[in-house]
Amino acid sequence: MNNPRIANVFQRCKAEGRAALVGYLTAGDPDLVTSRKLMLALAEQSDIIEIGMPFSDPMADGPVIQAASERALEAGAHIQDVFEITRSVREAHPEIGIVLMGYANIPYTMGFETFSERAKAAGADGLLIVDIPPEEGHICDEILAAHGLDRILLLSPTSTDERIRLACNHGTGFIYYVSLTGITGADMGDMDEIRIKTAHIQSMSDMPVCVGFGIKTPEQAAAVGAFADGVVVGSHFVSQITANSGEQAICDALTASALAMKEAICGATT
Amino acid sequence: MSQPLHNLDFSSMYDLEIKHPPDAGGHFGKFGGRFAAETLMQPLKEIEDAFFEAWADPAFHEERLDLLKNYVGRQTPLYHAKHLSAEVGGAQIYLKREDLNHTGAHKVNNTIGQALLARRMGKKKVIAETGAGQHGVATATVAAMFNMECNIYMGREDIRRQAPNVFRMKLLGANVVPVDSGTSTLKDAVNEALRVWVATCEDTYYIFGTAAGPHPFPLMVRQFHTVIGQEARAQCLDQTGRLPDVAVACVGGGSNAIGLLHPFYDDHEVRLVAVEAGGRGLDGNEHAASLAAGKPGIIHGSLSYLLEDEEGQISATHSISAGLDYPGVGPELAAMLENGRLQLDSATDDQALAAFKTLTRCEGIIPALESSHAVSAGMRIAAAMNPDQTVLINLSGRGDKDMGTVFELLGDELGGDQV
Repeated sequence: MNNPRIANVFQRCKAEGRAALVGYLTAGDPDLVTSRKLMLALAEQSDIIEIGMPFSDPMADGPVIQAASERALEAGAHIQDVFEITRSVREAHPEIGIVLMGYANIPYTMGFETFSERAKAAGADGLLIVDIPPEEGHICDEILAAHGLDRILLLSPTSTDERIRLACNHGTGFIYYVSLTGITGADMGDMDEIRIKTAHIQSMSDMPVCVGFGIKTPEQAAAVGAFADGVVVGSHFVSQITANSGEQAICDALTASALAMKEAICGATT
Repeated sequence: MSQPLHNLDFSSMYDLEIKHPPDAGGHFGKFGGRFAAETLMQPLKEIEDAFFEAWADPAFHEERLDLLKNYVGRQTPLYHAKHLSAEVGGAQIYLKREDLNHTGAHKVNNTIGQALLARRMGKKKVIAETGAGQHGVATATVAAMFNMECNIYMGREDIRRQAPNVFRMKLLGANVVPVDSGTSTLKDAVNEALRVWVATCEDTYYIFGTAAGPHPFPLMVRQFHTVIGQEARAQCLDQTGRLPDVAVACVGGGSNAIGLLHPFYDDHEVRLVAVEAGGRGLDGNEHAASLAAGKPGIIHGSLSYLLEDEEGQISATHSISAGLDYPGVGPELAAMLENGRLQLDSATDDQALAAFKTLTRCEGIIPALESSHAVSAGMRIAAAMNPDQTVLINLSGRGDKDMGTVFELLGDELGGDQV
């Protein structure tokens, strides 16, 4: 644990007998002003919020989040805007967990030292970089730890026990289990398989295990929330931006959908 | 294998020792590595293990080198371009004729090796990205021969400018999937192929086309292409009695460059020159010279030089040749630049086109536009040298695929309306 805030989130949820809701949106999507409002609306319902850093080449993302990145960059989103949106969420929600999520080249280009300083100052608790596996953590691990930022690592169905141990040894905060071998927003895999693999990872680590990739309905969220420590919803929330028109309509739809996910998770017991 | 398939003396012709290897994590100095999503880490490890196991197996090389000889047509000639040398009026220019390979470029050296590896690993399907279409054609070709299902990812812009290669891939039975994201060129095709591979790696092998990407691709692609430089080195010694003074290759991702130049790594008297695509000039943004104008960054699984904006968003690139139109470059070339072994040069679109015309008229050899960049810089370097010196240029591919582009640019000059 590099930072107590994320650990506290999971403790609170555990005390309430439920999984945490981890919501994702891309910063700057569809434009800076709307994005800030949507992020705040999502933060109302979420225990942890993942703020996506737009990138020109989101290699591990499906069409929905790719398009979100493109919209944000077209709208002129810069890394400074990601930090400012982070700051707004932090000011409104002192206890929420905030994770900045994206690709290595953005923090690498700024320099991990400067990036970590600014991320921490804006109120972020951790960093989830899709393309820095534990093996390449030498470029950032010590710097993140020195700034009190959690290094969230991913696991997938292809992760061997050796890789699970690697992630548990190098990661902090929580493990993000990518429940299918695919890109973000694809269909969920078989629920039994996900449950078994999640339990296996939980048995190998003290860290909370959040499960994501492909959760689109409250029923799926409830099913995952029954065994995982956290339920990650990303593409489904992002898709509210294109499925609705007008700032208010998007905001309402996002709130309704986040609320439904939250209620479903609260209804399911861990 | 009990019966030799070939009549080559491999041990004397090709050096199978892995020289200047990366560290265990695939790093060449500070470059390279495996900056990949978790889902790909295990599949990449499996390819790495399979590659080292295959490379240590004489039967693998027997089959690979037999195919390189009898299917691809290796060894390729080293041609003393006397007329071009006379036209330039400096050093003697020698062309390594990779354009004479089956499928028309060096790319097939790598696809043969990786397809054999895919088969060894029990994969029934292959995917690949392509820019100019040369790697796509080389992949579709071996997929046809090995009876593997084949999907090629190609930017829509590249599909437009490389129509003949698209048709060739389709004839060979490959499915060409247009990519519309980003700038619709090579980098986006790589993104899309990676996305597809993440979801299908259980039964699908990704034949990466250049000496870039996550470990082990930079090492593996280099090893499959060092036949170029190893042959050229022996041929130079045979024809001129000495090593070349300069070896020149064009660089997009860097596969033909590392293939030609790496076997000369320890020959310190040989200058190694990488020629990047200068596009409309290095002073602007419309080029693809990652080594000359980029800075270290992380894309497509490795740390190397990148063309990007000040925040790390990857830049759109420009080159007359689709095969060089890529914002990154192989990590080992980046390391060789930093350790001083590699020198940089570049050729603009106009210079490449001029070299294309000169070589065609002087020698009756129509080069690929990619290779024309190497020819342009090689001619310029040779012009400043003495007639008893030699410049080795990798003619990495032939120009058939570029007829459409060149026709658009030069058609009028040649009375194109009457063609």
